[in-house]
Amino acid sequence: MIDINDIVKPENLIYGKSSLLTDNIMHYCPGCTHGVVHKLVAEVIEELDIQEKTIGVSPVGCSVFAYNYIDVDWVEAAHGRAPAVATAVSRLHPEKYVFTYQGDGDLASIGCGEIMHACNRGENIVIIFINNAIYGMTGGQMAPTTLLGQVTATTPYGRDAKLNGFPLKITELIAQLDGTCYVTRQSAETPAAVRKTKNAIKKAFQNTRLNKGTSFVEVVGTCNSGWKLTPVDANNWMRENMFKKYPLGDMKDI
Amino acid sequence: MAKFRGAIVVDNEKCKGCGLCVAACPTKVIDLHPDVNGKGYHYAYMKEPEACIGCASCAMVCPDSVISVYKINVQ
Repeated sequence: MIDINDIVKPENLIYGKSSLLTDNIMHYCPGCTHGVVHKLVAEVIEELDIQEKTIGVSPVGCSVFAYNYIDVDWVEAAHGRAPAVATAVSRLHPEKYVFTYQGDGDLASIGCGEIMHACNRGENIVIIFINNAIYGMTGGQMAPTTLLGQVTATTPYGRDAKLNGFPLKITELIAQLDGTCYVTRQSAETPAAVRKTKNAIKKAFQNTRLNKGTSFVEVVGTCNSGWKLTPVDANNWMRENMFKKYPLGDMKDI
Repeated sequence: MAKFRGAIVVDNEKCKGCGLCVAACPTKVIDLHPDVNGKGYHYAYMKEPEACIGCASCAMVCPDSVISVYKINVQ
């Protein structure tokens, strides 16, 4: 019989909190995908040893306070304008690793023009895009990425294509642009998916080092508060519905 | 008998009791505690500590990074 205290020793530690994550308690709802992706970004920056050389641009949305949680330099951009701010930062500091962290309301709706042109210019930045098909921060309104038939605060009878248009597959659009070098869609609901997403984020940061162009990593996530589901049910709902419309995998890898 | 034994340590006060670790655990070690922490969440704990193999699946899916995983080789 092995006592727990014999196992819990510093030399036996195999997985713990990244040193880049601060001690602040995240303001996200229980089970939010943002927490997992924050952790992965912190782990990748730690593993590549680029903490001093990384500048993040945080968006408006739930992840507006990302600068409270990851211990690198940050700029807070106006709503949707993170790629424009990141463009300026990366051009002024070409030796730095610049990334934006945006949600679907920020990137696909309000910042649709900025993201298209930043990717088309092939700015040497990393874009991390969290797609949870809803405006989480403002109370669960319809986003451009909301699925047809999905009930939100502003589509109480489900999204209707005639009235609200179709879900926007922005990652597919961005993959068409010549300025991007790496465009992928991942998820973060299982340990295997988390590992894949981490590899994708790592590759994106390595592309910055190689000066290859814009790397775009979409992470299909959940908003269990906005979807009115428990965290575990939200993951199941995402697997059944979101993955049909937003299939996972690399769209472009040059 | 299992080749590896593992153990997790949960930061009770930071745990939000989302239950993603409970769903992710392949050996059904973790459950939510009947007690609550300072914020009123049922925090995660090892209900069946003998079954833990130290795979770190729980820590990987934890959104709040409150789980540390320890592992030893028992062979």
